[in-house]
Amino acid sequence: MQMPPAEKRIIDQRKSLISIFSKIVGSENVLADETSLRTYDSDGLTAYKQLPMLVVLPANTEEVSALMRVCSERKVKIVPRGAGTSLSGGALPLEDGVVIGTGRLNRILEIDYNNRCAVVQPGVPNLSVSQAVDTAGFFYAPDPSSQIICSVGGNVAENSGGVHCLKYGVTTNNILGVEFVTISGEVVRFGGKHFDSAGYDFLGVVTGSEGMLGLVTEVTVRLLPKPPIAKALLVGFPTNESAGHCVADIIDNGIIPAGLEMMDRAAVAAAEDYCNAGYPLDSEAVLICELDGTESEVDILIERVSDIARASKATSITISKDDEERDRFWLGRKSAFPATAKIAPDSYVMDGTIPRRKLAEVLGRIGELSSQYGLQVVNVFHAGDGNLHPLIMFDANIPGELERVEELGAKILTLCVEVGGVLTGEHGVGVEKRDLMPTMFTESDMQQQQRLKCAFDPDHLLNPGKVFPELHRCAELGQMHIHHGSEKWPDIPRF
Amino acid sequence: MVDIIKPQNKEDLKEAISWAASSQSILEVISGGSKRDLGRPIHSKATLDMTAFNGIIDYDPSELFFKAGAATPIVDIEKELESNNQMLAFEPINLSNLLNVKENKSTIVGSLSANLSGPRRIKAGAVRDHFLGFEGVSGRGEGFKAGGQVVKNVTGYDLCKLLCGSWGTLGVLHTVNIKVLPSPETTRTLVIYNLNEEEAIECFTLALNSPNEISGAAWLPDKLSTLSDIDYISSSGSTITAIRFEGIKQSVVSRMKDLQSRFETIGEVEELHSLNSRKFWREIRDIKFLVFQEKQMVWRLSVPPICGGKVYKQIIDGFDSSVFMDWGGALLWVRVNQYSDEEYIARKIHNIAAQAAGHATCIAADNSIRSSIDVFPPLNLIEHGLTDRIKKGFDPKGILNYGRMYMEL
Ligand SMILES: Cc1cc2nc3c(=O)[nH]c(=O)nc-3n(C[C@H](O)[C@H](O)[C@@H](O)COP(=O)(O)OP(=O)(O)OC[C@H]3O[C@@H](n4cnc5c(N)ncnc54)[C@H](O)[C@@H]3O)c2cc1C
Ligand SMILES: Cc1cc2nc3c(=O)[nH]c(=O)nc-3n(C[C@H](O)[C@H](O)[C@H](O)COP(=O)(O)OP(=O)(O)OC[C@H]3O[C@@H](n4cnc5c(N)ncnc54)[C@H](O)[C@@H]3O)c2cc1C
Repeated sequence: MQMPPAEKRIIDQRKSLISIFSKIVGSENVLADETSLRTYDSDGLTAYKQLPMLVVLPANTEEVSALMRVCSERKVKIVPRGAGTSLSGGALPLEDGVVIGTGRLNRILEIDYNNRCAVVQPGVPNLSVSQAVDTAGFFYAPDPSSQIICSVGGNVAENSGGVHCLKYGVTTNNILGVEFVTISGEVVRFGGKHFDSAGYDFLGVVTGSEGMLGLVTEVTVRLLPKPPIAKALLVGFPTNESAGHCVADIIDNGIIPAGLEMMDRAAVAAAEDYCNAGYPLDSEAVLICELDGTESEVDILIERVSDIARASKATSITISKDDEERDRFWLGRKSAFPATAKIAPDSYVMDGTIPRRKLAEVLGRIGELSSQYGLQVVNVFHAGDGNLHPLIMFDANIPGELERVEELGAKILTLCVEVGGVLTGEHGVGVEKRDLMPTMFTESDMQQQQRLKCAFDPDHLLNPGKVFPELHRCAELGQMHIHHGSEKWPDIPRF
Repeated sequence: MVDIIKPQNKEDLKEAISWAASSQSILEVISGGSKRDLGRPIHSKATLDMTAFNGIIDYDPSELFFKAGAATPIVDIEKELESNNQMLAFEPINLSNLLNVKENKSTIVGSLSANLSGPRRIKAGAVRDHFLGFEGVSGRGEGFKAGGQVVKNVTGYDLCKLLCGSWGTLGVLHTVNIKVLPSPETTRTLVIYNLNEEEAIECFTLALNSPNEISGAAWLPDKLSTLSDIDYISSSGSTITAIRFEGIKQSVVSRMKDLQSRFETIGEVEELHSLNSRKFWREIRDIKFLVFQEKQMVWRLSVPPICGGKVYKQIIDGFDSSVFMDWGGALLWVRVNQYSDEEYIARKIHNIAAQAAGHATCIAADNSIRSSIDVFPPLNLIEHGLTDRIKKGFDPKGILNYGRMYMEL
């Protein structure tokens, strides 16, 4: 993975930066020794590692602002970092970059039930928000599987989803405002506790911008009342096609389940072996469909989904009797990733989205690619919104194997784009999918995105090397090449 | 006379914009066309009429998505969706009543550009939350696209959010991808009579904090409720606090019962069933209760829900005005019935909204007035810098709806 070349000009400032940063955050919060830096050398995408130049851990917005001001004056690169669980290398450090970690920005500042929102610092773990409001009967909807550790700030930067986003939406649909520090250290608020933006939607733009526009220092999240009950169906199918049909039929019947997850035979076998969730081992595919709401509603929907499943040739249907059984259904799904450790020592998780109608076709083609490469692929995914997570099994100790895995991964993602889907549904582009961006976007599309970046960060100091395969200088992007198109012009109908 | 340019295809559109950029001609971008008199008046050299980009291109109900030409009329889209029991869940506002025009000429791109969401905003999200992707041409005359046709997508920056609510100032869209949802089988509304604005907010809080999946929460003062076409509302002679339930019939009934029993101790209650319920929320969505007339102004305030009652009081006490609330108190529609000093009114309304940690936009006023007041909330220095740099990045020559949102942007 090619990263922007490290600049000696920046590395030479290391000593003086340590002393300036120490004045801002205290020397104990500037990490400079190799052992401490080691902890930060990669994120959830462990295939890539890089020791950062320095790590700084601010405790409040003023400190963040002061740090950013120093960096922008001295043209020093910054990599924002939450909990470091990114699966796309979004928080991968730079040799000549300062990591600003949000670990100490970890307080829930306000819970406002009257306005149904909470104001939290970016380092607060996702799950802590729901836990803090649980007894009052509320929850924060986006629930990535990493929710015990991943930070709300990281969720905003990646626009993360979770198993319940089919019904409740992803991060961007569930936040009302942010406090944000620009690269020059200015502190600004986008949104608040009201429902829509005045002027351009900066909040919408910052969400999913992968730490490249500024640092989020506070997030106002929407709280929803918890549904009184939830029930799940565990359904086995003889083929991927029949499972795929069932998914489409559920939606066609006007039902939007809280979660609609699918696992293929290999994933089911691995999960069952790992935790005895009670999955039907004779099925080619298994669906978990969760329905929530008031009791009357859930009971009716369970009936309807059961009928649809039967019509789609389901071979087994189990309905959860209580929350314990429902949790057991989910346990298998949630432990699918660790469960695969028995199949191979390493795995690489992909994240593309496809139109639902292409599910069976794409699974078939992934199967062909898998045999062509001789690498097993296990499929566990958010079927309801077509978000695939093919898991490629391999052994990193075999020389050259990781490269082949990456090649196969790229083929799978390109396939997703070919059938009308996208490169990443929730994990972000980061460094991982950076070089695949041209399969989805033209040069002109990417330049327009970079012009947005230039409005926030004209010197490309924030998280350079991520998302865009080639970074154009802002001055160059700002120029306008005028096409003197007036010859054809008179032909355009006017009246 | 202002020229009208009517591109027939993408190439024409690029040519037209390149011409405008090279000759520094300001274009007024229109699709539906009925709303040229709003926003800040634009001093344009030519009108870019997008109506040729009309029609649904791809619609697959089980994908919950359609792709359409940008200028496809909302009425056509809704008709097509209805035949498949689906809907635009953000309830696009039809302002023809407010603005005293006969026909609803709203187009899908017009709704996106304005990001004005209907009553279901509190449950289903805003217009922007249903905008999946687009293709268009920037003020540079360059084609560009963003997003896709699927909901789960984090590939690249979310330019859909940026373009939504940008009033055609950043790019001209010719094709858009939109998310749709199944229509609810049943709709019912619980009406509570005779509550004042603060009591209404209390009811909204109780309802919205309960797990009953409320999809509408509006309040009308007695003077406005008489204007409704629904007897239960107009003949009551009272204020109306309305709470909407949608979904499967049995579920709607049981959820409504749950709240009804709690509200019966507060005031007299009534139910609106499907037809009336649907009619009523159309009236709220389309601002039926406020018709704009010359020498008046219509404003829209977006504030934290709990502040709705307080803001209502400040406005009613401050000016000769008619006001109602939607979004559980988070949205106020205000008509200033008469005034002498428009700049004072504008400043005051922006202030009231800002003090409540929200913001205000002028939706209708006479032409001359809209050029002298802040139609959109004034920007602070940082916002101004960002807005200016973004505008220049997309439209360096300032040719697309220049001045529509802010005086020099
Ligand atoms: C300040 C303000 C004023 C309003 N004035 C009116 C009004 O007078 N009448 C009314 O009915 N509704 C008005 N609305 C509401 C809103 O315009 C409608 O709800 C919306 O549906 C308009 O649809 P349309 O296609 O008719 O819009 P149009 O008037 O054609 O366009 C609305 C906006 O979208 C932009 N736009 C149009 N086509 C494109 C394109 N292809 N690409 C990018 N941007 C494009 C326009 O430049 C304009 O800024 C107003 C809203 C606000 C906040
Ligand atoms: C086991 C596992 C399961 C996962 N499951 C899911 C899942 O179900 N759904 C899903 O969407 N993702 C999932 N992820 C991916 C990951 O957890 C999410 O992307 C998460 O949001 C990252 O949060 P973080 O705090 O770890 O961010 P980091 O990894 O630290 O950073 C991620 C990106 O955000 C930027 N960033 C972090 N904080 C800030 C800030 N305050 N301001 C600006 N930029 C910032 C960083 O620069 C980086 O680009 C999973 C990861 C793992 C390891």
